[in-house]
Amino acid sequence: MDRRFSVFALAREALRGHAGWAPQWRSPERPQPAYDAVILGGGGHGLATAYYLAKEHRASLGPGRIAVLEKGWIGGGNTGRNTTIIRSNYLFPESAALYDHAVKLWEGLSAELNYNVMFSPRGVLMLAHSHHDVQSGMRHVHANRLAGVDNEWLTPAQCKAFCPPLDTSPAIRYPVLGGALQRRGGVARHDAVAWGYARAASALGVDVIENCEVIGITRDPASGAVTGVETSKGAVRCGRLGVVAAGSTSLVMAMAGLRMPLESFPLQALVSEPVKPVFPCVVMSNTVHAYISQSDKGELVIGAGTDQYPSYSQAGGVQILIHTLEAICEMFPIFRRMRMLRSWGGIVDVTPDRSPIIGLTPVPGLFVNCGWGTGGFKATPGSGHVFAATIARGEPHPIAVPFSLDRFATGRLIDEAAAAAVAH
Amino acid sequence: MRLATGGRIDRSRPLRFSFDGRAYTGFAGDTLASALLANGVQLIGRSFKYHRPRGILSAGAEEPNALVELDRGPGRREPNTRATMVPLTEGLVARSQNRWPSLGFDLGALAGLGAPLLPAGFYYKTFLGPGRDAWYRRWEPLIRRMAGLGRAPEAPDPDRYGNRHAHCETLVIGAGRAGIAAALAAAEAGDRVILCDEQAEPGGRLLLLPGPVPGLEALRAQPRLRILTRTTAFHYGLQNYVSLAEVLDRPDGLRERLWRVRARRVVLATGALERLLPFSGNDRPGVMLADAARAYVARWAVLPGRRAVLLAAHDSGYDAAFALQDAGAGVVAILDLRAAPPAALREAAAARGIAVRPAHGIAATRGGARVTGVLAAPLRPDGSPDAARAEALACDLVLMAGGWTPNLALFSQARGRLRWDAAADAFLPGETAEALECAGACATGRGPGLPLAAIAAGSLGARKAFVDPQNDVTTRDIALAVREGFRSIEHVKRYTTTGMATDQGKIGGMLGLAITAAARGQAIPEVGFTTFRPPYTPVSFGTLAGRHRAALFDPVRTAPTHAWAEAQGAVFEPVGQWQRARYFPRAGEDMAAAVARECLAVRNAAGLLDASTLGKVEVVGPDAAEFLERCYVNAFHGMRPGRCRYGLLLREDGFLYDDGVIARLAEDRFHLTTTTGGAARVLHLLEDYLQTEFPELRVWLTSNTEHWGVAALQGPAARAMLAPLVRGIDLAALPHMAVAEAEVAGIPAWLFRVSFTGEAGYEVNVPADRLAALWERLIAAGATPYGTEAMHVLRAEKGFIIIGQETDGTVTPEDAGLGWAIGKAKRDFIGKRSLARPEMLRPDRRQVVGLAPRDARVPEEGAQLLAGADRREAQGHVTSAYHSAALGRPIALGLLSAGRARLGETVFATRLDGVPQPLEVVSPVFWDPEGKRLHG
Amino acid sequence: MLLIRCPWCGDRPEVEFRHAGEAHIARPADPAMLTDAEWAGFLYERANPRGDYRERWRHIHGCGRFFNAQRHTLTDRFAGTYRPGEEPPA
Repeated sequence: MDRRFSVFALAREALRGHAGWAPQWRSPERPQPAYDAVILGGGGHGLATAYYLAKEHRASLGPGRIAVLEKGWIGGGNTGRNTTIIRSNYLFPESAALYDHAVKLWEGLSAELNYNVMFSPRGVLMLAHSHHDVQSGMRHVHANRLAGVDNEWLTPAQCKAFCPPLDTSPAIRYPVLGGALQRRGGVARHDAVAWGYARAASALGVDVIENCEVIGITRDPASGAVTGVETSKGAVRCGRLGVVAAGSTSLVMAMAGLRMPLESFPLQALVSEPVKPVFPCVVMSNTVHAYISQSDKGELVIGAGTDQYPSYSQAGGVQILIHTLEAICEMFPIFRRMRMLRSWGGIVDVTPDRSPIIGLTPVPGLFVNCGWGTGGFKATPGSGHVFAATIARGEPHPIAVPFSLDRFATGRLIDEAAAAAVAH
Repeated sequence: MRLATGGRIDRSRPLRFSFDGRAYTGFAGDTLASALLANGVQLIGRSFKYHRPRGILSAGAEEPNALVELDRGPGRREPNTRATMVPLTEGLVARSQNRWPSLGFDLGALAGLGAPLLPAGFYYKTFLGPGRDAWYRRWEPLIRRMAGLGRAPEAPDPDRYGNRHAHCETLVIGAGRAGIAAALAAAEAGDRVILCDEQAEPGGRLLLLPGPVPGLEALRAQPRLRILTRTTAFHYGLQNYVSLAEVLDRPDGLRERLWRVRARRVVLATGALERLLPFSGNDRPGVMLADAARAYVARWAVLPGRRAVLLAAHDSGYDAAFALQDAGAGVVAILDLRAAPPAALREAAAARGIAVRPAHGIAATRGGARVTGVLAAPLRPDGSPDAARAEALACDLVLMAGGWTPNLALFSQARGRLRWDAAADAFLPGETAEALECAGACATGRGPGLPLAAIAAGSLGARKAFVDPQNDVTTRDIALAVREGFRSIEHVKRYTTTGMATDQGKIGGMLGLAITAAARGQAIPEVGFTTFRPPYTPVSFGTLAGRHRAALFDPVRTAPTHAWAEAQGAVFEPVGQWQRARYFPRAGEDMAAAVARECLAVRNAAGLLDASTLGKVEVVGPDAAEFLERCYVNAFHGMRPGRCRYGLLLREDGFLYDDGVIARLAEDRFHLTTTTGGAARVLHLLEDYLQTEFPELRVWLTSNTEHWGVAALQGPAARAMLAPLVRGIDLAALPHMAVAEAEVAGIPAWLFRVSFTGEAGYEVNVPADRLAALWERLIAAGATPYGTEAMHVLRAEKGFIIIGQETDGTVTPEDAGLGWAIGKAKRDFIGKRSLARPEMLRPDRRQVVGLAPRDARVPEEGAQLLAGADRREAQGHVTSAYHSAALGRPIALGLLSAGRARLGETVFATRLDGVPQPLEVVSPVFWDPEGKRLHG
Repeated sequence: MLLIRCPWCGDRPEVEFRHAGEAHIARPADPAMLTDAEWAGFLYERANPRGDYRERWRHIHGCGRFFNAQRHTLTDRFAGTYRPGEEPPA
């Protein structure tokens, strides 16, 4: 049958009770004994990596056998636990290039994957509450425009017009002094990104193996190069291993004897009960610590901060939620009677400079893509795209060059956190 | 229909209320749901996706369907409120939601006609065109309008929210039979006990029985026991840290209260929740949980229907049917999904004249906005109803007794493990690391009925058998998801949205799990379960945010002269938590004019700044100099008492962290200042090194930021103004970068001769509560008050950096032109090793330079610096830019790649308002480059 | 909200404390002797284990003192806290 998704396919299936839909991705129970490239981690970044490997680099991968090994269910980590904000108005040109590469891919992603990932470029507004914030915001606007990334400055009145629920009066503790708006920024449907990449990768022959935990990395005793992985479903040989394990990266890399510049923290988020459209855009405030948008379902989607201690518990303290909602109520006082419906936690892997690590490692054949901290979702397509090229070529994709692991030894950090207080 | 007698309502207190504009009456003790049922109102709302009619399904917090908008006046509109949880009050205004134009005639219900086109996940497969952004431009707005339930409030909420912290030995959650017993036992053993229950009246299912709740009197007599009603334990944190939401609705505007309880021991007595049953048309108004119907009769004397059919998978349904019959309803039939219901129940039914049909189910329901009948059908061997052999039964009420799910959401939140118990046909509490016990039905269930797996297997073929009635998820949607490869229960949940409605799947969640298992051909425990996530039931943002609004959102810190500045009409700016005077406009002045006047006053006479916000730390002890030597980049051992030094503090990664003046007050005593924003973090960093790296040093650190008020008197006339007030020292003999103890205006003071303006100046430190007095004397002496804006201009004219403005966490001392401050002979200090990394030695690092516009415009702060007007590569940026009144032209500072080697070059600063602006790279010191004025 | 036992003050809520990173990473006695990679190891590389983890806390809104703790990072439960220089819990 025609496996493409369309309204016609839906209509055809409706006539036969939707009996004809096949699994969206092949999920073999067990991995094959050998692959040319194994991607460790079935989140959005890992699945995107596999997809672009299969689509653009198969020729450089021998027979081109590719697998994604996922410990649990695909998209079950931070891909399905974030607040789905997409933007590229980062300060440093290296960052802006990476994230804008992603935004450009987002813009065509539903068509590319034949899967509606619901990319909604409704605009991301980042508020300023002090003169320091204004200076920082203006620096971003100048830098982004020079780099060809859209970003514009709004007055408080323009902020109010763009986001009517926002309180721009002087009565709040930290009045709004302006905001940087990236109109191409927005949100997408997080689960659909994982599923869409899995389906598209699977259609290109990638094996997506779920419930398959990697418990060891095997290496050639002489060269030290990666030869494969031991998994809960048996040994798998591979010439190239790409680790895309987010909060669990330190644990996986330790299997190869590497200590990483990473710590894993709980990050919480929450949604309200669903209501009719009331919030047209995405608003972020680093100073007041509030990140909010409204999902297509109608829930207010609100990002909270990390807990202060490293943890793999996927649960954080209630005081973090409380502080977050204090900030939301302060800036959006009409929402005080809204109710928190659901909260959850993820594990975010954070680097010292709050920028990701994409590239080679001291172990031949071992590649790593990690350290996305609290802001990785937005980069998903770009991250997968440049990481696939890096794995295939054995050298960093030009966009990935500045994000190498060795920057921590040379000191060439890309410190978005220091420059913008917080890099979300 | 209201029964003539019975119930726990107060018939002497009738209450008027309205629903969708129609007036009704109920009684005190009613919920909105019971009052609506008493008035014969069954249609309450519309479902999320298909806009199908929805009635009242339950009698408690688990209600997915009967959601209304409450309107208690401006700012008090409240969407998605469960009618089952709202105590009726006089004048209550409620409205249905998610319908247009009206509840009875909802155009959105057309979506139901298209339902075959809209199975689970349809939106992932469609809306892909036409064009690249068709989703955003064309389809998403339509979907968004259809989605959502109620309307968000439109005005700020005028009510107040409280907040309490409590400790107790025993916290009991749930005041049913088990909870009351546990609370009583703990109280009698001497514990402080808190007993909370989400209902308005304690008792749980004991309230189904007539008369007083057993044990309640004894509880109320316990002096160390607190009973909280309408209080939901919604979040279970580590180490028995439990958050409760108490609904108060007090007339004084105190609406809700958050309790945070740390309990030595917690008893969960949260009972069990009755499940719905999956059959075609099980969502029609008039289809109700059996135990809920029983509750409406027993607690509120309401008959929810006159002709009832019971569909039973569990014995408990018979009690409900009998109770309804006792109250006057007809029971048309009992359809028991089980092949062999207990003989005793069959006999009891027979004695009542009720026909029991074993191995029967419901093939479909009839009716529109209200159920009018069912098709009762014998079951095929696979458990599905055989519609071909069905018999139509007229009824206006269908009771579902689907069996019970132990309510372990909080147990799961407490990171307790659930274990599948085959005998109980339920997940029961397993291990937990918390001091936590489960009691009553949540620990054991309420006895097995027809196994869940059998119920699920029989429902896979049903049409429109809803598992999640709010989100319109049917058994077929779940089967479709499994067919499409969504095998993990988390995938099924996300793809179909089952269990993600406002009730979080309390009624249908286990059923969804069982149906997933059936569709996968597996046993329930092999599928696992989805995580229970806080909150247990929805909690208002206001409850969580409490009183932390405006000034209580974050403390406001003010300088000692704040009141004086306010009286002068100063304009303030936020600097961290501080409010600082930015400038002091006189009549007719705008900001530019005021700042220019203040700057000129400093340059030509003397200006006065309240610098009290600077962080201040006293470093005391025999090893104080050695400690500072190891921390700051500067050398301290050779420093004489009475002298000051400009100190730089790095992070261990070599980047500038803070700066300030370090004064040696005595051999063993230093006073250091930090930036306003850096006070706390600098002290934290110093304490860290002192306590953990250098514990052998005899040094003590004391923050005295609040202790000292600081008046910065700056300008050529400063000494003349200050001298008459000074006793104890010869002011003229105090050199630049020196400090002395003195009496100023009769106040004991530390007098610093330091300057952040380039003019000769003093910073007088006096006890903070006496600064205002000193201030008035200096104003009287002719000093001009200036604010932070003038301070910024004055220091920029001198090329003094501000941490956080010229630096951004990527700037080294060398970059900032401050390499001179580093003690060259020092073997080590915090961050020194990092300065030797390759990246720090690159010749093209960005360095602080002065930038002189070639035209009269002030550059834009944050502007990017280009080598040519048409270049695209940023070589740095403008960090500060002002109009300099003293120089009569604009000036700027910036970070520029290899900047100090490029003096005289022209670079270009981007402008948002046009083409890049040419600037000459110059020394950052614009004013008095020789520094003569400092010593004047 | 963790309940943390300050070795000097006893059990206090987490909001009184500030986490201060992995414990037992001593600052090198002579940083100048380290290679760039070794220095980066001290500055940035962390064990980040899933399991028993030794960490530093400061009772910043209490006695102000730093101390060590052993906590399991999957359950977040403390095995114990101890003063600098003391042995961690077995």
